[in-house]
Amino acid sequence: MKYLCLIYDAESTQDAMSPTDLGAFMGEYGTFTKDIIASGNMISGEELQPVHTATTVRVRNGKLSTTDGPFAETKEQLGGFYLIEARDLNEAIQIASRIPSARTGSIEVRPISTHMG
Amino acid sequence: MIRDAIEALYQSESRRILATLIRLLGDFDLAEEAMQDAFAAAVERWPLEGVPANPRSWLISAGRFRAIDRLRRGARLDASRERLAREQLAELEVHNDAAHHAAFDDDSIADDQLRLVFTCGHPALSGDAQIALTLREVCGLTTEAIAQAFLTSPSTIAQRIVRAKAKIRAARIPYAVPTPADLPERLDAVLHVIYLVFNEGYSPSSGGAVTHASLSAEAIRLGRELMQLLDEPELYGLVALMLLHEARRDTRTGADGEIVLLDEQDRRRWNRTMIAEGSALVQRALRSRRIGAYALQAAIAAVHAEAPTADATDWTEIVGLYDVLVRADASPVVQLNRAVAIAMRDEDTDGATAGVALIDQLLEAGVLADYRFAHSARGELCRRAGRLDDARESFARALSLTTQGPERQLLLARLASLP
Repeated sequence: MKYLCLIYDAESTQDAMSPTDLGAFMGEYGTFTKDIIASGNMISGEELQPVHTATTVRVRNGKLSTTDGPFAETKEQLGGFYLIEARDLNEAIQIASRIPSARTGSIEVRPISTHMG
Repeated sequence: MIRDAIEALYQSESRRILATLIRLLGDFDLAEEAMQDAFAAAVERWPLEGVPANPRSWLISAGRFRAIDRLRRGARLDASRERLAREQLAELEVHNDAAHHAAFDDDSIADDQLRLVFTCGHPALSGDAQIALTLREVCGLTTEAIAQAFLTSPSTIAQRIVRAKAKIRAARIPYAVPTPADLPERLDAVLHVIYLVFNEGYSPSSGGAVTHASLSAEAIRLGRELMQLLDEPELYGLVALMLLHEARRDTRTGADGEIVLLDEQDRRRWNRTMIAEGSALVQRALRSRRIGAYALQAAIAAVHAEAPTADATDWTEIVGLYDVLVRADASPVVQLNRAVAIAMRDEDTDGATAGVALIDQLLEAGVLADYRFAHSARGELCRRAGRLDDARESFARALSLTTQGPERQLLLARLASLP
């Protein structure tokens, strides 16, 4: 079963880190990613550019509207994701809890829809 | 005759059978239908064929066959469901019957009960959903009875349960007992659910007396089953707390259904076996270094249960335990109980007046303003302190907040007894 782990964290958290701390934090991400590749749980994962680079697109009554940034101001921003393969929600939660940002922000675990056609 | 036997079997076994069918079928709704089908088949066939040697195994097998039947018919009727139904069927048909009969022993049935308890109390479900699902699936309460306990509408509860089951399916919450590493966190949620189930059975505020006794018994049974699996002080504390309250059940109501308060209960009729077991569990919980709120409440209940007469109650010990409990759980209700305990301990030195002062502080803070027991406790302490007008006022306020019959009778009697 596939789960998407959405990583939410305040961008200010990492901005406030010293270069040494930030290096260590990124190192943890590297280790975690290697671990879940080795265990066969990793499908894919990416880090996103900061939220100020985001654009929100809507089409209403056939009219395109493009606006700057995410549609809502929130304390925590989507900063990246892992798409993982896990046996069940318990394993997915266990894996998500090891994502370094779980300690500073939060991880939303969403099962991938499996119905077809 | 046989119908009565089947009805009794439904009462005692349907939840266990359901728990096992959920494991075998991998789906709550399919298992519920299968269980109903199995009992319907029993009503049809047992009068002709006689009651089978092992009714529980018969019902589980019958339920499983009916489910397979349903899936086959569903697959034929509904092409879009065919693939899913075929997959489920393929999985089910791997197992042969002999293997299944062997698997229906008491141990595996108990394991299935635990799987059901931990799945219904999974923290990925909202707290409200955990409780509703446990009461419905583990305890077999109707949606209406749960709605009554929650003071909400049956449709709200039904929706809560449907959503919870949909999440179990969609997010694949496993039908499993948690790993040792996850256990402490998972246990908290389950203990809370059991505690609420027990309270629903203990409190005479709704439904018939029999249902209530069986609910409390169900909560105690669940607690005991968990104890066989887990070495957790708070679990001992919770089971002890339930046993020590349950031991007094018969003496809590009089011949006409009226409430009999603790100091007037016939202590000779308290269940000594339950009290001994509860007290031993309290000791076991207190010996551990992780003493929690359930163990402390149980310790307080044990002091009451072990006092030969109401006058002989060790109030100093009780106040000491409340002092520790306030540190673990500083809720206003705990503080209210502590205030009453202080009044009782210092009875000879006008403790009632001190107790009223403490209760007034809590009432001023606001949270307990509409809590009927805060006002009835204040009324009683005012009466003891000789402040009869204040007592009358508090009892009247408590009465205005009380809808339940026997509680109203008690308050009216208290009001009438004031000179």
